[in-house]
Amino acid sequence: MRNAASHAPAGAAKAPRAGPPVFIWLPSAAIALLMLLPPVYLLARTAESGTAALDILISGRTLAILLRTVVLVGVVTAACAVLGVALAWLTLRTDLPFRRAFGILTALPLAIPSYVFALLVIVTLGPKGMLQGWLEPLGVERLPSIFGLPGAAFTLILLSFPYVMLPAKAALHRIDPATEEAARSLGRSARGAFFHVTLPLLRPAIVSGSLLVALYTLSDFGAVSLLRYPTFTWAIFIQYETAFDRSVAAGLSLALTALALALLVAESRSRGRAAYHRATPGTQRAFRLVRLGRWRWPAAACAGSVVALSLAAPMAVLGYWVARGVSAGEPLDLLWANALNTVYVSALAAGAAAIGAAPVALLSARYPGWAASALERLAYVGFALPGLAVALAFVFFGASVLRPLYQTTFLLIAAYVVLFLPASLGATQTALRQVSPRVEEAARSLGKTPFHAFRLVTLPMLSRGIAAGAALVFLLTMKELPATLILAPTGFRTLATSVWSAASEAFFARAAMPAILLIFAAGVPAAFLVLRERRD
Amino acid sequence: MRSFARSRIVLAGALAAALAVSACGGASPTNTPAPRQPDPTATPLPPQPSPGALVIYSGRGESLVDPIIRQFADATGIDAQVKYGGTASLAATLLEEGTNSPADLFYAQDPGGLGAVEPLLSPLPNGILELAPEWARSPQGLWTGISGRARVLVYSPERVPESELPADLSDLTAPEWKGRIGWAPTNGSFLTMVTGMRKIWGEERAADWIRGMVANGAVAYPKNTPQVAAVAAGEIDVGLVNHYYLYRFIAEEGENFAARNYHLPGGGPGALVMVSGAGILSTAENRENAERFIRFMLGTVAQQYFAGQTYEYPLVENVNVNRLLTPLDEIRRPDIALADLADLEGTTAILRELGALP
Repeated sequence: MRNAASHAPAGAAKAPRAGPPVFIWLPSAAIALLMLLPPVYLLARTAESGTAALDILISGRTLAILLRTVVLVGVVTAACAVLGVALAWLTLRTDLPFRRAFGILTALPLAIPSYVFALLVIVTLGPKGMLQGWLEPLGVERLPSIFGLPGAAFTLILLSFPYVMLPAKAALHRIDPATEEAARSLGRSARGAFFHVTLPLLRPAIVSGSLLVALYTLSDFGAVSLLRYPTFTWAIFIQYETAFDRSVAAGLSLALTALALALLVAESRSRGRAAYHRATPGTQRAFRLVRLGRWRWPAAACAGSVVALSLAAPMAVLGYWVARGVSAGEPLDLLWANALNTVYVSALAAGAAAIGAAPVALLSARYPGWAASALERLAYVGFALPGLAVALAFVFFGASVLRPLYQTTFLLIAAYVVLFLPASLGATQTALRQVSPRVEEAARSLGKTPFHAFRLVTLPMLSRGIAAGAALVFLLTMKELPATLILAPTGFRTLATSVWSAASEAFFARAAMPAILLIFAAGVPAAFLVLRERRD
Repeated sequence: MRSFARSRIVLAGALAAALAVSACGGASPTNTPAPRQPDPTATPLPPQPSPGALVIYSGRGESLVDPIIRQFADATGIDAQVKYGGTASLAATLLEEGTNSPADLFYAQDPGGLGAVEPLLSPLPNGILELAPEWARSPQGLWTGISGRARVLVYSPERVPESELPADLSDLTAPEWKGRIGWAPTNGSFLTMVTGMRKIWGEERAADWIRGMVANGAVAYPKNTPQVAAVAAGEIDVGLVNHYYLYRFIAEEGENFAARNYHLPGGGPGALVMVSGAGILSTAENRENAERFIRFMLGTVAQQYFAGQTYEYPLVENVNVNRLLTPLDEIRRPDIALADLADLEGTTAILRELGALP
């Protein structure tokens, strides 16, 4: 564990080894190739635009947008880190009432498309929204405007805190309670043990989750456009949507990539070279729940209000729309086929991303070097780009070079992997950092091949991290829109495309039913994760 | 431990297998696209050739056009496969696909989207072009309008008495409208309107109008529907939108919905009438079916559907306008050729320069 003795670089203990075995480098190379598609496409398109993209990029207005984007990313990320860690700890390590129910419910906001949530925020909290209607008898004529930073940040925080919470829970599982007990026995208070032992040990999980929040915020279009907070991604969309200019859009997308890479470098700096696994032999003991005592119900109220704002309130408005639609004669269509399609592609994407993330995570943890860190950063690029840019990259290559695969589920899943691999990678890497390389070395010394050592020793210890990552990818894929619309086989409909199709034409009653189903379907991976916790 | 790890490997293998299967099949269990060519083994002696397929990229929403496309498929036996998406993203997709596009026909929300893919379209036969009026089709005959939509001012009857409604768009830059107006500067129809404004009023006056609107604090919405909702909710008093969204809100929320449409009596760019339209790709494999589709869409059945169900203006004679709408001949629409509405890029550049677009 991260005690004084193990502050030495993790790699230092390892004897110099040969290069990575084939089961690591071959899939890693394949992933690298896949991940290169969007940047290569964007470079090719940008080259066409001449200096037009550059002119827009260096204009004063773009710099102002950039600043606004950074402010939003900072606010959302910081709030999600606090909220995510607090909820992870409360729902896993304490005697919080209904903690398993909270564990499931707090993961679900991830499945709500940001434009749907933004729409609901406007309907309920807008200057003349539902809340104002209720307060009108009290003399409230108009609520303060939620447009701009407050509304955009509010929406993105409530939708994105699970990016931190899920990896943090997976990491909390693997922290040996003995370290916390040691701190207590040396005179730390319970709070002191949390802040000086648990929290530092959670750092990789918090940082990798926060990175996802930051990159997601960077790439979001739905919330910022409806809540009128112009960000960089909005500027890119204007190029696609209004000027029909793919080359300038590509240039701006490359600039966004550079911003994302800057965040990644900052992340790896902050991670440093500390080790997070046990330094001494022994196995981890199950932890005992922290008694919250008189804080038990106040804590439940806090968790409850997060669930109320991020899930119950949206569900209530959606339910109201459905009821209003049904009473106006709208047929109640349960869209089973679309729901099945959603679960089908999301499960495939989650599986593919988990399989794709494992070799990359192993490469970067066990064979650090320029190739590993380059691949690791490359893997995050797709996540930060607008989905439309990634989808068009796949159109560009799919329609020409991979014609037989174009508009098949296979290429769609490949695009999902490019978009969402980081969600899986971060969780897997965090788990891997908590596994000492010595256990693999022990297996090797007993005559196992590297692959057997990985399969029999490392993989089982990674299972929780891999599952958390897969669940994240599942939830992300469920609500994905631009790539699904463009790359799915013609006629293929998911819940997300049904919501969009109805909402974009102002058929809110018709949009509400698939949106509710989307949230229910998200309960499947969320419940899967929480039920696995019972094994402890 | 061992069996635990093995179950994981099995799971991974199953996923890989499922991926491989889906790669070969190219379809999910609930998606069965019919083969493009008729199966030669199925019917050894076909009494008549199969009507085949038609691949449509539709920038118009599924909720709006799917019923009428299904009707076309049922009437003709043609297997109509539709890819729905935003008009702009489908235009970008078509441009990236180039000559490899599987699409036969592009059905777009606005002339801007069709204009963007014009190099990929092939001219329509005269028999089709003659169906819609001249103002509603591409000057080169590359695409034709399918249904009409009018630019209107959506307003709150509660807060804007009829006597205070403006005669013309230029009135909106007056100080009494400060903070009360909404617009959607990224919306295709809005951009087309501003393009028409530059042509009708001249560049100078159009730029002054944009400056005046920005100075009046026009609130920028991402598209039309949130503006209509915002007028009803009391966030703004008037909004610049297309006419048909209002009727969908009224259909869903009832007659009490607190917004109404207003056709600017002064005419000019604010009273522009535009079209949704369709064009056939030069690489279309099912050209004949695509032509049949456009003929059907400009036929009485489909035009009646648009008038009755989507509150749009029919483009052919002998089909009545929905009784909720102002008849087309009562709108003082400017006389402007669609060719003069093509320069969306120029309009975007001006809007950006004047601070109306980020």
